Amino acid sequence: MSEVLHDFTTTVPHWRPRVTPIKLEDATPEQLDALKVTPSNTKVSDYVLVLARDSETLRERTPLFNAIMYNRGGMSRAERELGAVGTSVVNRCVYCAAVHASRYNVLAKDTAVMERIFADEEKAELDPRQKAIFDFSVKLSQTPPDVSKADMEGLKNVGLEAEEILDLVLSSALFGWANRLMHTLGDPIENED
Amino acid sequence: MTDIFDTAAVRASGLGADHALAGALSGRDDILTMTQQAHDAALRPEEPGGLSHAERAALSCRMARMNGEEGLANHFAGLVGGAPGETAQLADPEFSGGDDARMAAILRHTDIVTGDTKSVVAGDIEALKSAGVSEDDIVRLSELVAFISYQIRLTIGLRLMGEAL
Repeated sequence: MSEVLHDFTTTVPHWRPRVTPIKLEDATPEQLDALKVTPSNTKVSDYVLVLARDSETLRERTPLFNAIMYNRGGMSRAERELGAVGTSVVNRCVYCAAVHASRYNVLAKDTAVMERIFADEEKAELDPRQKAIFDFSVKLSQTPPDVSKADMEGLKNVGLEAEEILDLVLSSALFGWANRLMHTLGDPIENED
Repeated sequence: MTDIFDTAAVRASGLGADHALAGALSGRDDILTMTQQAHDAALRPEEPGGLSHAERAALSCRMARMNGEEGLANHFAGLVGGAPGETAQLADPEFSGGDDARMAAILRHTDIVTGDTKSVVAGDIEALKSAGVSEDDIVRLSELVAFISYQIRLTIGLRLMGEAL
């Protein structure tokens, strides 16, 4: 039962916290505000109940996350998910990779790209535009980041506009944030539901 | 209304309102404004718990240095201000905490999550608990390290865009 998962998958796992989640009935008004709990929305994940221990940051994080991944204009939502997955592969966040690979598959109506990434990880061979996006995200996610002007030229050469490159920087960087919470504060385990 | 060119990430990137990319940045002014609000929540929260504002700034400076990001390192060094030497030295990536076991555990965790996220295991969180770091402070530290890791990459990406586009 509840084996910790180490291999990438598009089946979204269950997440088992390493830090005790707060109890909703004990939450302070500040925590309830950050959790966006309303009478019609009382279902809150353990992950968010762990993050509620720092309600000031959580309150800012949720709308920022949604804006970077879902705001109109700029890069397509599918390509933002590809950027998110590139980062999650570097940081080996199996949970984030599963959520965002499966979103990519739905948005792009294609499973071959994620199959190749999960098989060959940072060395995955993709079509030129996808590869430029994925490789940039992988390079930006190193410590220290190893992106150069040549990488930026590469993105331009496959047809990305400045607005799209900005969204790629944002979505890849954002998962440098998300992975460092999800991968360190809990374990992905088999979803028995 | 926040001036996006006066937020920490955009300022450190060197991109000004007169740059050809100013229009692209203005198209994401909500995101850049919220990034600054998250910076303020992570660096200068109303309830800092067991991590003072000066300690947060020094740890952030340490992370920026580990990433070779001098622009943000200077910004965070400014926020450390006139804090005592034992706080200011946390910004030195070579300093490992000295005799203070709790701070040594915090520095060790900061370094591994910053530089080698994939290798973090359950025992690393247990090590913080054993060193007397409360569960609230574990989440505060994690959010700080995670947010700064985002802000560093945003800054580096913006600077590179400014140079190449």
